[in-house]
Amino acid sequence: MKIHEYQAKDLFRHHGIPIPDGRVASSLEGVKQAAVKLGGAVAVKAQVHAGGRGKAGGIKVVGTPDEAAEAAQSILGMDIKGSTVRKVLVERGADIRSEAYLGYIVDRGEKSVSFIGSAEGGVEIEEVAANTPEKILRFHAYSKSFPEDDAKAVAGRLFKDESTADAVLDIMRKLFRLFVEKDCSLAEINPLVLTGDGEVIALDGKINFDDNALFRRPEIADLRDMDEEDVNEIEAKEKGLSFVQLDGDIGCMVNGAGLAMATMDIIQFYGGQPANFLDVGGSSSPEKVINAFRLLMSNKKVKSILVNIFGGITRCDDIANGILESYKQIDINLPIVIRLSGTNAEEGLKMLEGSPLITAETFAEAVQKAISLAKGEAA
Amino acid sequence: MSILVDQNTRLIVQGITGRDGSFHARQMIDYGTNVVGGVTPGKGGRTFEGVPVFDTVKEAVSETQAGATVIYVPAKFAAAAVLEAVEEKIPLIVCITEGIPVMDMIEVYHAAKEAGCVLIGPNCPGVISPGKSKVGIMPGQIHKPGRIGVISRSGTLTYEIVNALTVRGLGQSTCIGIGGDPIVGAGFRDLLPEFEEDNETDATVLVGEIGGDEEERTATFIKEHISKPVFSYIVGQTAPEGKRMGHAGAIVSGGAGTAESKMKAFGEAGVPVAKTIDDLADTVAGHFSVQGGC
Repeated sequence: MKIHEYQAKDLFRHHGIPIPDGRVASSLEGVKQAAVKLGGAVAVKAQVHAGGRGKAGGIKVVGTPDEAAEAAQSILGMDIKGSTVRKVLVERGADIRSEAYLGYIVDRGEKSVSFIGSAEGGVEIEEVAANTPEKILRFHAYSKSFPEDDAKAVAGRLFKDESTADAVLDIMRKLFRLFVEKDCSLAEINPLVLTGDGEVIALDGKINFDDNALFRRPEIADLRDMDEEDVNEIEAKEKGLSFVQLDGDIGCMVNGAGLAMATMDIIQFYGGQPANFLDVGGSSSPEKVINAFRLLMSNKKVKSILVNIFGGITRCDDIANGILESYKQIDINLPIVIRLSGTNAEEGLKMLEGSPLITAETFAEAVQKAISLAKGEAA
Repeated sequence: MSILVDQNTRLIVQGITGRDGSFHARQMIDYGTNVVGGVTPGKGGRTFEGVPVFDTVKEAVSETQAGATVIYVPAKFAAAAVLEAVEEKIPLIVCITEGIPVMDMIEVYHAAKEAGCVLIGPNCPGVISPGKSKVGIMPGQIHKPGRIGVISRSGTLTYEIVNALTVRGLGQSTCIGIGGDPIVGAGFRDLLPEFEEDNETDATVLVGEIGGDEEERTATFIKEHISKPVFSYIVGQTAPEGKRMGHAGAIVSGGAGTAESKMKAFGEAGVPVAKTIDDLADTVAGHFSVQGGC
């Protein structure tokens, strides 16, 4: 799960990580008032989950409250990579002497929480890692305790001025605590800045959370911004379905995430375009199948639907039953190709005899039929 | 032979009286798996399908001399269940549960490694050595004893592939679903050497997916350490960046973890990369030019 910069900074503040003074606003008047309260130069920053805000013109540094309102006028309502800007963070301008990068991620290869630091701040860390890997500082934590010695060894190397080492180490320690206590999958400060006054502060921050742990972090789950989420994906999740919207015209309903991905890939292999990823899960009750059909039918781009089931624990006759129920409950006016294989496939197919469904014997045949139908050709 | 499990494997089931645990315990017993006990806290002293139930893993192990455990405990309690098995140093721990927090898995992974336990999963279908022992949730009937090893990050996709092998007369020595989470126990590189050593395995099929760089690391590993043929298939070519495709671990982030990168790595290591499931099974069959079994 992703959150906004201002929410990340609230968490930073609660964990004792220094941040610039700032206020969130969603109106021009609010922005102006915030700028008046803060005084002097301020930064007006679009609050969206998408990256590349700066390049898109979503961050402006201005000198007066009137200029702040003017900046907000252009930023509020702006579209950044498909997200509409509804809030801005108005923040006191910082006197930047030097910038660094500091963050933690779940490291799959190392099976650890890994620290990544670099004296190259304010730029994409992936680029630094790819082009100048020698500029990246790392260490790994294999438990929930902070590796104090490893951290000490790098803290003084983020800024040229070594007197910052203690302040940096303190921030590293606090960000690690935050990472562990809130079940983050990524927590980064970019840039971490050294100001003219010799202070070290988090000028920008980003935090992602482990979805698997949200059940024990309700205060984090509450930070979810529904405006940033795909309505269909959220609705699917509530119904026990795993769904991702794509651009194509062939709706897919599959059991199992791996098989669902394979189905999408094989559609493309034969020259079609999948409209979505949809995993109906292991125990496919008729309810789930009906909800899945509703979801597929709500996408106006969909021209044909492919149901690809490999029955293991999922029984094909259960799926067939769900499909017949769906026909009764929903107005399905699109061609559906179905391929049932594995547990009780024969029973399932027998139940579907006489229904408008188009059956296919094999995965490949099913995909090719669905593609022809999406093109308006006969299957 | 086979790897990890066979007819001599003495298995306990953690969560044996739960909804999933009881269903699959029955299925495993029906398949012929030697289930010697079960664990559900508070239900010790009962029996399930003639199998004794214990309150703790410690009791279960000391009473049954189990050498393997399979875990069907809900996500909230699953990490603790794995640690309980690690504490008893059970040589093989298979965790089926989906949805365990990553932070917990980091600690569990290292605890299992330190204790010398082989951990399979979590979020996986388990392990099967066809005709000998089934430890997990896969449908037994699609498998057939034979000489192909299968290692996969997926569940139903693995069944689909196993089925495609079986219908071409290609049986399997052992099939392992390693799990779809970001942090899982044994990976491709831990299991390939076991198949390399196994004199009843002739070739291995690897099924990978987007996310992380385990496949890329495995490609290098194969080039250096594996002499038996390896065949691969990677899913997620059409997955958009930044979206989690069902499995918690199946996500392309910051341009890393793409299917293209994995396919390229295998290709460069001389491992054939199939375009479709049929292509995969046909390639393996072509390699052995089998008719009616290998």
